[in-house]
Amino acid sequence: MSTSMMPATDNGPDERLLLPVPDDDGAPFWAYAARHELRVQSCAACGELRFPPRPCCPHCQSFDHRWRRMSGRGRVWSYVVPHPPLLPAYAAQAPYTVVVVELADAPRIRLAGNLVAAPDAALNSVDPGRVRIGAAVKVAFHEQAPGVTVPRWLLERP
Amino acid sequence: MGATLKDAAVIAGTGRTAFAKRLPESERALACRAIVAALDDAGIAPSEVDAFASYTMEETDEVEVAKAIGAGDVTFFAKAGYGGGGSCATVAHLAAAIATGQASVGVAWRSRKRGSGPRPWRNTAVQLPTPAQWTRPFGLLRPADEIGILARRYMHEYGATRDHFFNVALACRNRANQNPAAIMYDRPLTREMYMTSRWISEPLCLFDNCLETDGALACVVVAAERARDLRHRPVYVHSVAQGLPAQHHGMVNYWTDDPLTGPAWTAARQLWKQADFGPEDVDVAQIYDAFTPLIPLSLEGYGFCGRGEGAAFTEGGALETGGRLPLNTSGGGLSEAYVHGFNLITEGVRQLRGTSTAQVPDAATCLVTAGEGVPTSALLLRS
Repeated sequence: MSTSMMPATDNGPDERLLLPVPDDDGAPFWAYAARHELRVQSCAACGELRFPPRPCCPHCQSFDHRWRRMSGRGRVWSYVVPHPPLLPAYAAQAPYTVVVVELADAPRIRLAGNLVAAPDAALNSVDPGRVRIGAAVKVAFHEQAPGVTVPRWLLERP
Repeated sequence: MGATLKDAAVIAGTGRTAFAKRLPESERALACRAIVAALDDAGIAPSEVDAFASYTMEETDEVEVAKAIGAGDVTFFAKAGYGGGGSCATVAHLAAAIATGQASVGVAWRSRKRGSGPRPWRNTAVQLPTPAQWTRPFGLLRPADEIGILARRYMHEYGATRDHFFNVALACRNRANQNPAAIMYDRPLTREMYMTSRWISEPLCLFDNCLETDGALACVVVAAERARDLRHRPVYVHSVAQGLPAQHHGMVNYWTDDPLTGPAWTAARQLWKQADFGPEDVDVAQIYDAFTPLIPLSLEGYGFCGRGEGAAFTEGGALETGGRLPLNTSGGGLSEAYVHGFNLITEGVRQLRGTSTAQVPDAATCLVTAGEGVPTSALLLRS
């Protein structure tokens, strides 16, 4: 993986969204996302899920872990609508909606992501006025740069 | 219980530069000016300084400051973590060093050129800490975006409104309007201005955000036994605390069981445990206000009201002069200057000396807090 927060592509300013810079613990999450699988780290000894990923289970201190597949369903726990000044690629698509989603399978696991109208739609493709806390959402996957896929979120009832 | 820091050290002097959107001097020069002013205020020679404490995101190291001001041999130096969360920890570390005989005269400072310099969130070329991979690609870029998520959830859970956030912004602005050193001294705020201002990150608007400022501040800490020799009324460091809650994650703390009980709760337990008085006895508070929602969250954490009651606490002028808990009486980060919270410490000292531009009559106790939303620190000061 790259060691710096690289621009996504050189295809133009609108596409220079930031890419995730995985660390050793986070890398499997992104590898599974590239296969369109949403997986969360769990302890191989006691089974507790944990996020963000880390080397050791805070419950039982085991260093063994697995990556458990999630259904990809969840609810909006909170959200924010950023306006400029922002980095250029984000300013070009502002205002957009960033949600924190509580997973249906694991309510204590929350993931940040963009709420969009379709997996590859623009960041501002959902009217922020239509978002509310508690809204049901489902995961989708978007290739943000060649080989780099991020989870995104679609409203269950658009 | 063994040794205690209670009232073992005093803040003997404070100093600051001007505050402005742009100052011509370097951060290093501003740091030295603030420190020399603080030592002069204390009536203590620079050659007596043998301890330094700063906090991260401070670009000027103690080695530079010590040789520039003419400090003596230095036997203690420390740097607290987490940017604005470390402001009060500097005084706590100096008080501990002095109380345990590691040093005798300590200096803490903050120098910052955030008004004219680069903003940290704009730096995309540097490897960021682990949390960045879980948030920044999605456009949670700035602290306002990160705290905005918590603010929205707080509003949802407790019925807090933008009017509550306005109460915070207004109290700070009203105090700044009494303080000629404040950047917003001559700029009154109205509800109309607040409600029609531009969004930064909904639900946070322009006036929910602190000022970006150039400036520096410093204070001098010595042992309480020295109080009788001091130029000014001594301000005692009554209780100190740091707080990093279990499973806390920093600014984007969305993954704990209860993200709305932040580091303030942890720091508060330690702070009150060591104190001779409680929240009801605090005369004036200087609470870290990088964003308005941090005030209701902190009011709850430090025990001024129950959980979920922080927003309602701001009603009826509670945070104004003469109110239940006068807040950020120099204008705070929202309206005096955002210098990573250090101006809250020096204003706490002014209140207890009786020299604030928005003096709370007979103020004898003051709470000062550092950044909430990151591992934090706090001080209880008394006269």
